[in-house]
Amino acid sequence: MSVWDRLSAWFLGLPLVHPAAVWLKAHPDPAFVILTLLKIVFILFVFLTVVSYLVWAERKICGRMQGRFGPNRVGIFGLLQPLADVVKLLFKEESMPGSVNKVIFSIAPGLAIVPALVSFSVVPVGPGLAVTDVNVGLLVFLAMSSIGVYAVVLGGWASNNKYALIGGLRSAAQMISYELAMGISTIGVILLVGSLSMVEIVKAQAGWIHVFGLPLPGWFVFTQPVAFLIFMITAFAETNRTPFDLPEAESELVAGFHTEYSSMKFGLFFLGEYSNIITICAIAVTLFLGGWTWPWHWLPESLQFIWFFVKLAVLVFVFIWARWTLPRFRYDQLMDLGWKVLLPVSLGWVVLTAVVVYMRMPR
Amino acid sequence: MVPALFVGFSALLLVSALLVVLHRNPVTSALFLVVAFCALAGIYILMHAEFIGMVQIIVYAGAIMVLFLFVIMYLNLGADPERGAAIVMRRLVGWLAGAIVVAQAVLLLAGRWAIGPAGPPLDPSVGNTQALGVLLYSKFLFPFEITSLVLLVAMVGAIVISKGRGGKPNSSPDPSPEATFMGAGDARVSPMLRPGDSITPAASIAPAGEESP
Amino acid sequence: MREYLPILMFIVVGIGFAAVTLGLSAIIVPRRLSARKLAPYECGVEPMGTARQRIDIKFYLVAVLFILFDIEAVFLYPWAVAFRQLGLYGLVEMILFIVILLVGYVYLLQKKALDWNASQ
Repeated sequence: MSVWDRLSAWFLGLPLVHPAAVWLKAHPDPAFVILTLLKIVFILFVFLTVVSYLVWAERKICGRMQGRFGPNRVGIFGLLQPLADVVKLLFKEESMPGSVNKVIFSIAPGLAIVPALVSFSVVPVGPGLAVTDVNVGLLVFLAMSSIGVYAVVLGGWASNNKYALIGGLRSAAQMISYELAMGISTIGVILLVGSLSMVEIVKAQAGWIHVFGLPLPGWFVFTQPVAFLIFMITAFAETNRTPFDLPEAESELVAGFHTEYSSMKFGLFFLGEYSNIITICAIAVTLFLGGWTWPWHWLPESLQFIWFFVKLAVLVFVFIWARWTLPRFRYDQLMDLGWKVLLPVSLGWVVLTAVVVYMRMPR
Repeated sequence: MVPALFVGFSALLLVSALLVVLHRNPVTSALFLVVAFCALAGIYILMHAEFIGMVQIIVYAGAIMVLFLFVIMYLNLGADPERGAAIVMRRLVGWLAGAIVVAQAVLLLAGRWAIGPAGPPLDPSVGNTQALGVLLYSKFLFPFEITSLVLLVAMVGAIVISKGRGGKPNSSPDPSPEATFMGAGDARVSPMLRPGDSITPAASIAPAGEESP
Repeated sequence: MREYLPILMFIVVGIGFAAVTLGLSAIIVPRRLSARKLAPYECGVEPMGTARQRIDIKFYLVAVLFILFDIEAVFLYPWAVAFRQLGLYGLVEMILFIVILLVGYVYLLQKKALDWNASQ
């Protein structure tokens, strides 16, 4: 029984006499809607807190890697820095060039943040701790990441700025090229599970497996190493992070598609970028690192979400680590890698996985 | 609940579809088409066709509309390039296509091909994705394999259109010598322009969109 | 059906969050406009011309190829979910499907359609 179920059971079992409570108990549908709404608002709150501390962590780790301290003035260890940043962004003057297409210019930052938030709704954080479990969960994530392209291409186009337009176009071409390999790299996992539901995918990774006699946790990273590698490479490209941060290559394109953005509109793009990192790492944890599962029974079921966050933190650290370690790709190299390496390799891996699954099928 | 959602999605679909046609700015039209596709996906999900709904978003809203946007930006048409008879022809074809759709809708609603009762419930853990897979790869195997040939033809067609037949580039719709293309430069040389290139916009190309003076 | 409602609600809440944030900032941010601030940013140089220029055909080609391979990927999902029911039959027909598309892929390589810097 998950925390949510317990909470709703607790609520429905309360000896409430208030007419509203009585009405809710008699009407399960509105009660479901209200509980879901509370759940969503709670998850949104947690998610945004995690995202703002990701920004803090990135600056802190970056500082350490460069022999600095990073933010350390606002609060102890600079822990209140995200709050200060938000306040600053909210009160910054907004400068919008006169030549922009105002409507699309204002919609684009929203398009950057909404898909990243919505994809998180299918991620099971712990047993029963997902906003929802749908049987096409993985496709919800892929659909949302395909909508995410619009934020950059429309933001770049609406700005009526040459840097922004080129940044937006490059970004769109890059994202769609890598989306292919990302989508195909997940197929191996589906072949092993036989379902698109995220919860089923996590459950299939519980326990131990034996690879050539070696006992390993049942996580798909051990049975699908190539797919995991491709997924992580494409994840870097999808989130426009170094070494694939061509859309905003500072030395060439100023700030790429968000050159003309300032104040909270820039803030939403910024938030969207970091939300995307969290979401895509959460999906990678779910697909390849076993989600909330842990090979030993160290924690009771209600606390297993901790494993999810531990794995998430490791992957997010890899993202930050890569940013301060790797140089940027050249654009033609980037397209070459996407189309000539990742696409054929991911397809070949799918065929290989299918053959192995078929051979091991009981007859 | 379901009827209310159906009405909501249908209203969103109709309004955004109308705005696609009625809005003057092609990029905004494209954006409304994305909204229309998403609303349609919602309707599919209400009809228990969740796989089709998701594919609707992934392929139509996520892939085909990106192509539309690129084409809009490639052409960058300020004013309608077609004149006189071409416009009349286009309207004629448009009305004809509309009439065919209306006729189909009438036939459907008249009950000839009305949708029958819902099939037996599917295993909720896999849903219609698995049912679709089993059907598609056994009963409808031939159409599926034909699809790969169609995709192959489309691939060849795309190359021929964009690269020209004999390896020579196709002439652009408006081959004015001073026309410049954003992002056309060699990535090894510079992000956008080679030395000596001009970034003066072509005089013959009017800036698109509603913000042109 | 019920399990899809939270996703719809999440979309609505997400849009609401973005709208409230942008609305709040629209109310409280100061605006002191000037002609310089209204000009597009071009590294401090007077902006030359407009950015509403026609873009390279390469982007069109990438988008078309993306659609084609995306459709292929979409066919893979129901196949992967139903793979255990289909058995050898499913394996062979999907390999056939991929091989036919591989022919197209080789053609793309031959035509240098996947080379970003190939001279047009």
